[in-house]
Amino acid sequence: MSILITPATKILIQGITGEFGARHTRLSLDYGTQVVAGVTPGKGGQFFEHGAHRVPIFNSVADAAKATGATVSAIFVPPPFAADAILECADAGLDLAVAITEGIPIRDMVRVKRAMQGRRTRLVGPNCPGMVSPGPGKDSHGGCRIGIAPGYINKQGHVGVVSRSGTLTYEAVFQLTTKGIGQSTTVGIGGDPVNGTSHLDVIKLFNADPDTHGIILIGEIGGNAEVEAARWIKANCQKPVAGFIAGATAPAGRRMGHAGAIVGGAEDTAAAKIAVFKECGIEVAITPSDMADALLRAAKARGVTLS
Amino acid sequence: MNIHEYQAKALFEKYGVPVPKGAPAKSAAEFDAALAALPDGAVMVKSQIHAGGRGKGTFTNGFKGGVKFCATKAEAKEKAGAMLGQTLVTVQTGPAGRKVQTVYFTAASDIKKEYYLAILLDRASSRPVIVASTEGGVEIEKVAHATPEKITKVVVDPAVGLADFQVRDLIFKLGFTGPEAKNAAKLIRNLYACYWETDAAMVEVNPLITTPAGEVLALDGKVSFDDNALFRHPEIVALRDLNEEDPKEIEASKHGLNYIALDGNIACLVNGAGLAMSTMDIIKHFGGTPANFLDVGGGATREQVVAAFKIILGDKNVKGILVNIFGGIMDCNVIAQGIVDAVKEVGLKLPLVVRLEGNNVVAGKATLAASGLKVVAGDTMADAAQKIVKLVA
Repeated sequence: MSILITPATKILIQGITGEFGARHTRLSLDYGTQVVAGVTPGKGGQFFEHGAHRVPIFNSVADAAKATGATVSAIFVPPPFAADAILECADAGLDLAVAITEGIPIRDMVRVKRAMQGRRTRLVGPNCPGMVSPGPGKDSHGGCRIGIAPGYINKQGHVGVVSRSGTLTYEAVFQLTTKGIGQSTTVGIGGDPVNGTSHLDVIKLFNADPDTHGIILIGEIGGNAEVEAARWIKANCQKPVAGFIAGATAPAGRRMGHAGAIVGGAEDTAAAKIAVFKECGIEVAITPSDMADALLRAAKARGVTLS
Repeated sequence: MNIHEYQAKALFEKYGVPVPKGAPAKSAAEFDAALAALPDGAVMVKSQIHAGGRGKGTFTNGFKGGVKFCATKAEAKEKAGAMLGQTLVTVQTGPAGRKVQTVYFTAASDIKKEYYLAILLDRASSRPVIVASTEGGVEIEKVAHATPEKITKVVVDPAVGLADFQVRDLIFKLGFTGPEAKNAAKLIRNLYACYWETDAAMVEVNPLITTPAGEVLALDGKVSFDDNALFRHPEIVALRDLNEEDPKEIEASKHGLNYIALDGNIACLVNGAGLAMSTMDIIKHFGGTPANFLDVGGGATREQVVAAFKIILGDKNVKGILVNIFGGIMDCNVIAQGIVDAVKEVGLKLPLVVRLEGNNVVAGKATLAASGLKVVAGDTMADAAQKIVKLVA
């Protein structure tokens, strides 16, 4: 029912003893996510306790993975040390590293991205809300929640959501759930100019996933990742896709909160990206309130029933 | 973060990138000492503001040109006096212009030919890219549009750094020969080191020039830095000029708020950058104009909401406020309490529309309703945006 992660996925938390990491570890445990290990160098041997949960803490990612079978890491490490934390996941051979940290220097990410080329570990983020594959329980309890997204607004189902923005993702998920439409997986790829997994990477995974029947693609000004994804969709994807681009009113040359959200030229404006979406057969949401409805229009046009 | 040309040139010199001899002055009393540091002969006087188009700009007092060629030092002193303390309007400053608080004197160079050279991040490859052109001294966007074949790009592998063959490639494509080639190669290597080691977002030299004597010089310099990396460069943070920034934006950053002033009249207060951008968009969509971008972040406190309200109301153009919160993890009631406290503290007279959704939303709405404040509730983003646009119209 999902991509990259399932309710059975075992995850570890880097930075589990920090305030931010600890808070979201508790929320993930409450959601029913299999948090099996924490990593804080120097605190190996201790435990992270929450209710009936007793999560062992290790000094390194490699130790944690070996002892617990964790295959995915959620990174809550502060910016100066976050690049190193990502490299440690690659060295340990994890399947997936999800970097939540906001504010990692771009030069660090340039080096990390280069170093991860050819390695088996996939990076999602940084500066992202993480991922959710909803579970079957009440308020999607029992799902896999990695990062900082609210789990309870999800519903298990068949729509994939990919976005650079956290709150816009929640907006889309909430609209879907309110209409009784569930999600396979939601992926926040992050708002930085250098990130691991792109819109296109996620779109390819959703396209290949038989349980994903429709896709919402949320983008913003800056770069050409949305355009790249849209052109691939036109050539390869038969599933209904709705799209939204934020930043139509952003002044050129100013960074709008996200380090990557900056208009550099004529091609990375909201208007230019929306024009490409239309040209590629993506149903454009006129406003953010229209995201779920736009997907329903796209589904109707292709004769697909979403649930 | 941006710096002035004179600061960029000092940084270039530190990295072995040759620049014309120059000296800044922040007051008329400093003119003589600054000019004494220059060789005798012609002088360029350059207004120092964080905006392009200075040469073609006009001062609000009617004086034309923020960059002047002067045949003598005496003339340079006179022109500098006409610029300093005056407001310069260029194509990039907007109609309000920027006050010139520093002038920069440089020795005028004999120009044989002008080139363009810049280093920045190539987002498509996630690697640094060097962009160079034989067409210098003009806008690179125009060159890219009209004669793209005159632009050369070299993408650098961060694992090994700038390779010698790549430098040679640039030298040959730009047509440098003899001593010029040797000097240009050294300059390119040093400029790359400057870019990489200082965590620059971009270094741009336009124009890069050759002189009849075979020198290669950075005649202008524009450098901006990655804000995320400033924590490890205190020497660069020291170059920050707060005069060049909007006071409201400076105040916002003190409270951990991300605020950008715009020229509309509907202020917005939102959590999350993507939602904040699209809140501006939806205001415009329904016929209004946003006064700002304001992201209070994922874990805003009551104090931050109060500070945000004060900043918003500091903008005299604001005629109404739209609060748009999707509280995923964030407690909507905390936001509601912040709004109530802020309104009580600052005494709001403008229309206020609040759209709350998410965690603990029922309590949040109840707090607003019980406050006795004139708050208009919006159900969805679209509903809230339409309401505030109508109230302000």
